[in-house]
Amino acid sequence: MPSNEIIQGLGLDDYKFGFVTDSEPVFKTRPGLDADVVRQISARKDEPEWMLKRRLKALRIYDAKPMPQWGGDLSELEETLSRTYFYSKPQEQMERSWDDVPESIKLTFERLGIPEAERKILAGVGAQYDSEMVYHSLKEEWESKGVIFDSIEDGLKNHPELFRKHFGTVIPAADNKFAALNSAVWSGGSFVYIPPGVRLETPLQAYFRVNQERLGQFERTLIIAGEGSRAHYIEGCTAPVYSTDSFHSGVIEIVVNRDAHFRYTTIQNWSNNMYNLVTQRALVQQGAHMEWLDGNLGSKLTMKYPSCFLVGEGAHGEILSIAYAGDDQHQDTGGKVIHVAPNTTSSIVSKSISKGTGRASYRGLCKVYDGARNARSNVECDALLINETSRTDTFPYIEIDERSATVGHEATVSKVGDEQLFYLMSRGMDEAEAMALIVRGFIEPIAKELPLEYAVELNRLIELEMEGSVG
Amino acid sequence: MSDSPILAVKGLRAGVADEDLDILKGVDLALGPGEVHAIMGPNGSGKSTLAKVIAGHPGYEARGGSVEFGGEDLLEMEPDERARAGVFMAFQYPAEIPGVSIANFLRTALQSRLEDGEELDLFDFQELLMERMELLGMDASFAERHVNDGFSGGEKKRNEILQMAVLKPALAVMDETDSGLDIDALQVVARGVNALREENPEMSVLLITHYQRVLSHIVPDTVHVVVDGRIVESGGPEVALELEAQGYEEYRKAHAA
Repeated sequence: MPSNEIIQGLGLDDYKFGFVTDSEPVFKTRPGLDADVVRQISARKDEPEWMLKRRLKALRIYDAKPMPQWGGDLSELEETLSRTYFYSKPQEQMERSWDDVPESIKLTFERLGIPEAERKILAGVGAQYDSEMVYHSLKEEWESKGVIFDSIEDGLKNHPELFRKHFGTVIPAADNKFAALNSAVWSGGSFVYIPPGVRLETPLQAYFRVNQERLGQFERTLIIAGEGSRAHYIEGCTAPVYSTDSFHSGVIEIVVNRDAHFRYTTIQNWSNNMYNLVTQRALVQQGAHMEWLDGNLGSKLTMKYPSCFLVGEGAHGEILSIAYAGDDQHQDTGGKVIHVAPNTTSSIVSKSISKGTGRASYRGLCKVYDGARNARSNVECDALLINETSRTDTFPYIEIDERSATVGHEATVSKVGDEQLFYLMSRGMDEAEAMALIVRGFIEPIAKELPLEYAVELNRLIELEMEGSVG
Repeated sequence: MSDSPILAVKGLRAGVADEDLDILKGVDLALGPGEVHAIMGPNGSGKSTLAKVIAGHPGYEARGGSVEFGGEDLLEMEPDERARAGVFMAFQYPAEIPGVSIANFLRTALQSRLEDGEELDLFDFQELLMERMELLGMDASFAERHVNDGFSGGEKKRNEILQMAVLKPALAVMDETDSGLDIDALQVVARGVNALREENPEMSVLLITHYQRVLSHIVPDTVHVVVDGRIVESGGPEVALELEAQGYEEYRKAHAA
């Protein structure tokens, strides 16, 4: 079966698949957005007054800001948004059963080799989680070290001061139209606090947060890494996100305090009717390291540029991103590094693959402020084109106001060559295997940075996507 | 000549796809099991075209005649089917595959030879790879390097020989494997080929070359001289020596006459 059919199947809506729920009708706000909808969301979450005020203010900013005219084509977004339900009650409270999940989705999970338990969660039926014991023992370890790993809602409830001190400081509502939107209607996401000096060997994985609010359309994540701490947070997974939503706009804020090391990994594969417009940014203090590892597959249009604001001396920021644009998809991705302090260093490595009529754009910003003495930055973006119809563009913005800064930029575009294909086929691989191997090699510099199981999933997923791309 | 050749080329006419000109204008060749045949000829004579047509390069097309391998019509097979059937071509200019280690590449190539659902045992593979590298006197770290990426000419050729050693073909077509090699690198390659022949005396080799010097390391049973798309002379190793002394001019003149 062509993989595209499977993947496209994921974008269709519940009713078509005949999902039945025995519970009460799910609470939803009415389609569209106004102050009343925002008030309802806040009331549902039983939020303090200050948060409601923040939300309402963000809504005003959102209304006032024009739609961006750069990046991808957002001309149909207004219409989509008028139909969007900005809030609905979390999915896992719906009593879906695994038997109700469409065969095509089960098949996709199976072919991806996703563990059964994870499949259920991904399909929105995961009330029981087989690895709950694992989760509990990790949870005990985290608690004993004072680590907080909660849903964003619980973060606000249980740690109001810490929350309020940092929320919206890295990405204020006024940052951009979609940050404003998220600030008005956010729901779901994680709240993470790593106390000073604490080092976590096991990554914090979002899917461990079972029986809590699932990642929503307007997910909001706030992470505070204390001085000298080390941790790795993993969001998402390579399985197609099973969602009827056509719009996803997340905000991820990370504060990396002095000498801390933090890595945020996300690999996401959205159904291809989806607009995916995400703002993710880290504030990196003196001597601290921040790494974004960002994988984007699927969606109709993704606009996502993980950023590092290097505000303390010697801070280091790294962005590794990989994008896969299949037929009719546009991945407008890249990264931003802002050097504010002296001796700050950064590196962006971006890889994109365009197949069929897919389009991948690299869009990046490297800004060095006056006074960021000896700042060094290196940007490398490589694009791989699979077919004649595939497209790639590069938009590197470089703004340097400091004489002693060193900034390098390198961009390559390659096509899967006939000679490469013939070479591999002359060793016995069929055309699809040969193509998949070339693509795997292309993404290897990023895949090797992923935890093994994610790298394996990513490779499998790309193989699945590559099927039928030749001939 | 053996009565049942592993490779039988009859009246082969071939050229570059989308171009009318025939480069091979009727080539006949029969290679028995375990035989080494050298194909010599000046630039543009069609030597490499012959190699590419045998391997199934999509940029070349056969327009007449036949090529049989083990009794099967090779021209009807895709390049990967030919490889799985036992044809191996050592490339003159092998492609670079960045990000793919030689070990991974060979593992995938061996896996492709198995039935659907059958999995290559990784330990067995590792053992085979190490044993093959030892046979060729290669350092184990070589297998971790990315296929031909940043390789010197000599390293590329050694990589081709390693692949041949792992894939154990019935027919090895060596397309100017000796060109651009210094004498040390040439000896390494020749030793490798000879070791493989010793190990598998049934392996046939079609050795395409400009120069006689490789033939003192890999001794051919038969030498064919190709001029302007045709084999104009076939004989023992002495043909290569004569050629080295006289050049191709005599053959050209004779052929033109």
